[in-house]
Amino acid sequence: MSEVKLFGAWFSPYVKRVEMSLNLKGVEYEYIEEDLKNKSPLFLQYNPITKLVPALVHNGKPIFESSVILEYIDETWEGPSIFPKDPFDRAMSRFWAKFVEDKCSDLLWKACWSAGEEREKAAKEAEEGLTILENEIKDKKFFGGENIGLVDLVANYIALWNPILQDVVGFHVLTQDKFPNISKWADEFCNDSFVEKYMPEKEKVRLWLKRAVETGSLY
Amino acid sequence: MEDKVILLDFYPSMFGMRPRVALAVKGIDYEHREEDKENKCQLLLESNPIYKEIPVLIHNGKPVCGSFVIVEYIDEVWKDKSPTLLPCDPYQRAQARFLADYIDKKVMETGNLIWCEEREEKEAGKKGFVEFMKQMESELGDKPFFGDNGFGFLDVALITYTPWFKTFEICGDFSIQQDYPKLSSWVKKCLEIESVSKSLADPDNVYNFYLTIKEKRGI
Repeated sequence: MSEVKLFGAWFSPYVKRVEMSLNLKGVEYEYIEEDLKNKSPLFLQYNPITKLVPALVHNGKPIFESSVILEYIDETWEGPSIFPKDPFDRAMSRFWAKFVEDKCSDLLWKACWSAGEEREKAAKEAEEGLTILENEIKDKKFFGGENIGLVDLVANYIALWNPILQDVVGFHVLTQDKFPNISKWADEFCNDSFVEKYMPEKEKVRLWLKRAVETGSLY
Repeated sequence: MEDKVILLDFYPSMFGMRPRVALAVKGIDYEHREEDKENKCQLLLESNPIYKEIPVLIHNGKPVCGSFVIVEYIDEVWKDKSPTLLPCDPYQRAQARFLADYIDKKVMETGNLIWCEEREEKEAGKKGFVEFMKQMESELGDKPFFGDNGFGFLDVALITYTPWFKTFEICGDFSIQQDYPKLSSWVKKCLEIESVSKSLADPDNVYNFYLTIKEKRGI
């Protein structure tokens, strides 16, 4: 019998995308909430290199990094596909997933958390990335087409966490005016009946981010 | 229909070397086009409009970008040509993907510090690099290659940095290659594979390229 454990933190978009993927495939798993200020010996035993969540442990074998975990889940379990089947389409998905992280999400996060020149630079670069993404989602319901795929899961930060953080810090890079297609996608994604079961409560995230901004610490 | 494969590349690039190695070990015919970084050709700008960077693999007119994305694509499309670069087992594949990404993060982070002029940053880079090499030495263990079934994905990921070791050594004024007997033996074994050694850049050529960049930036 297969034994699956997921070490996570409730507020992490990386953890949530792994949870969504496991549930998409109907995989039974034990979820273990890690206190990131005080990581458990069990967690550190499985994950001594990065010490980050999420960490998936399948039959005692640990896998780290959300993008690696998503691919592992797709290859290991039957059910709806997260990655396309065709090699070229798979390559495109992998490319866009990395683009969303590096050129959109990471920069949006940085823009909210920094100040002055650093903030302006991050905001400008984020806008450049978002402009490209805006075009990519133009005629599609989801990045995966009719159904949610890898890129949608990886872009989950943009859909839920980013709008809340922008409001908390009072600095808005991704607005409906400037990026109507991405904003429409974000609504579709957050309101999807499957996705909304596995996203954290917006008010809970807002309070967490507000406290993080006040204390300077995420946990 | 015969496959038409073009690789847009830049000889000293450790990222460009990866598809070169993958195509060569699998014996795939392709047209190699060397890019001028100062004067990028129209095909590069059209096939990678987002990053405008090499490597780009153009397979029957369709562009694939990103060195690891390209290597996985090559392995999937030409799965009937040995060697198979990624392991067959999903867990081993996940480990290979995780470590490949880790290799890139660590080498770029420490390498960039080694290239700094400030002594403190240079020393931090050297320390980080030495730690990284120890981790790789331990990861290799007594295996001839990182791949369990011979030369594979992780070998491709790391071997393409070895032409840059001489440059790191000169910039950092330290020796990399003497202190890691298992890795030294691994490098020799990789270079004994003709298709690998002919795909790697010459270390002197790489160092001369580095000096050209340094001069252009007025460092």
